[in-house]
Amino acid sequence: MKNAVGREIPEYIEGYGKVRPFMGAFANYGVRERASVRLRSVKPGEQKLLASIDEVVDKVNLKDGMTVSFHHHLRNGDYVLNLVMAAIAKRGLKDIHVAATGIFPIHEPLVEYMKKGIVTGISVNYISPGPVAKAITQGYLKNPARFMSHGGRPRAIESGDLHIDVAFIAAPEADAYGNINGVNGPAACGTLSYAIADSIYADKVVAVTDNLSPYPACPIDITQDFVDYVVVVDSIGDPNGIVSGTTKVTKDPVGLRIAKIAAQAIDAAGYIKNEMSFQTGAGGTSLAVAAEVRKIMKEKGVVGSFAAGGVTGYIVDMLNDGLFRNIFDVQCFDLKAVASYRDNPRHQAMSGSLYGNPHDKGAIVNNLDVMILGATEIDLDFNVNVVTGSDGTIMGASGGHNDTAAGAKLAMVVTNLTKGRLPVVKEKVTTVTTPGETIDVLVTERGIAVNPRRQDIQEKLVAAGLPVKSIEELKETAEKMTGKPEPIEFTDKIVAVVEYRDGTVIDVVRQPK
Amino acid sequence: MVISKAAQAGSSETSDILIMVSPNPDGGIKLELDSKKVILKQFGKQIEKVIREKIAEMGVKDIMVIAKDNGALDYTIRARVQAAIERAI
Repeated sequence: MKNAVGREIPEYIEGYGKVRPFMGAFANYGVRERASVRLRSVKPGEQKLLASIDEVVDKVNLKDGMTVSFHHHLRNGDYVLNLVMAAIAKRGLKDIHVAATGIFPIHEPLVEYMKKGIVTGISVNYISPGPVAKAITQGYLKNPARFMSHGGRPRAIESGDLHIDVAFIAAPEADAYGNINGVNGPAACGTLSYAIADSIYADKVVAVTDNLSPYPACPIDITQDFVDYVVVVDSIGDPNGIVSGTTKVTKDPVGLRIAKIAAQAIDAAGYIKNEMSFQTGAGGTSLAVAAEVRKIMKEKGVVGSFAAGGVTGYIVDMLNDGLFRNIFDVQCFDLKAVASYRDNPRHQAMSGSLYGNPHDKGAIVNNLDVMILGATEIDLDFNVNVVTGSDGTIMGASGGHNDTAAGAKLAMVVTNLTKGRLPVVKEKVTTVTTPGETIDVLVTERGIAVNPRRQDIQEKLVAAGLPVKSIEELKETAEKMTGKPEPIEFTDKIVAVVEYRDGTVIDVVRQPK
Repeated sequence: MVISKAAQAGSSETSDILIMVSPNPDGGIKLELDSKKVILKQFGKQIEKVIREKIAEMGVKDIMVIAKDNGALDYTIRARVQAAIERAI
């Protein structure tokens, strides 16, 4: 069958199940129910502290076929997923489903577990290029990987679509009774937002810490009433890997030009004004847009209501400069953000659900004015791909891309028109992650294209004298430079299912030949 | 034109190509092209064509070419091939 973005999707996918096709970004709202939770209540006097991961694996009664979950605030410094999976592998368990909010190169041991059938399923909302992404592309995982968004995952957990047997929560500080925070200790990472739904809905919840502190471990991010066990290990993560590598404004002149045009377009469209809200990624060009927006805000004397997202020191500076009253933070990208979250009550955490869940009573993405997004590819319908490279190799997952695009009043993609030799504007993207109906504007160094749905913006940008072109013109300009790419061939094997934030299937990734 | 010695032009920087040329004792044109898989799959034939066209245009019959591409566009490729050949004659 064809879904609403014209993708050919099977009705049933082996190892995934029956497919609910994507029907449109706003087709799936209404009355919802939340899953009920099964838990074991704790009597006064009971202890939660266990001596080792092995003891944990016994206590939680892990069995073949179960789902274990992890959060990725420790990013490429995370030791917890590997520690737990090694203990599971040692037990000879098999057919384990790993529901991780993010997977990084450090999680390479998963590849071996995939090949041995210890891990047969992976659900993930963020994955960086590396060995695990490559192994999924090559078809080593028995069942297709399930790609979600940051809002789609908590939606799946709350609705019962994704049931977690045991959640393992990396805890930079914890006490022996299960109170957890992310702001103190050698592996401090800031908010623990992506782990919140896991802590509430998993059958069993285990805090894994290298920093056991006296009761209570204030300021608490996840409270004791959700936690079954606490276990102490030598180290939960490497601080050098925890800090993200991409948190500086770009020095590339092309990136800076894009940023300048982008900020002018945001201003011309009328969004730089008092009470504005703003989110940008941590990539160099996105941060350069923030820098340009900051200049215009200062010139105009504008005070925004909030900045949101994965937060960098750059956004913290804007808060401290008085350019925004508040920050909503789902993930701290550097230590400046961690310190600000810990010390400044105006810098507030938001859970993954509060951030982007389409089926709660209103996520914060719904309050966003301006969202700056990246893209691996964008097509003539403004559909965006951030999952696969143009050769079909898995490079990433939605993260908050399709959540914020759906919520923001102005969803703006900023990208070089060509990356090396590869054109970014295509007739059809390789994989749809974010539907074009939720993307308003594309900004490149060679001009701006406005989604025909947004005539209002088109008129304002033209009136301001900005270089507005059609997206078809931008595609031609790109192909004039690069030449027309030869089409990539794929096998029929589906290696990943890409869910839209509401749980419908927006696309699948087939194994490239 | 006869290639008398080994020479190179270009670099391994992004959007550039490193062209290394040398005499081909076996005669004819021998070309080895390396790039990222994503580029080879979509533009491998095109890059090869551009290099061969430039070699022919310069009247070179016998040459060994090793091309290490990092996303160069056609005009860059032509310029690098020309520079390498001029240095090698």
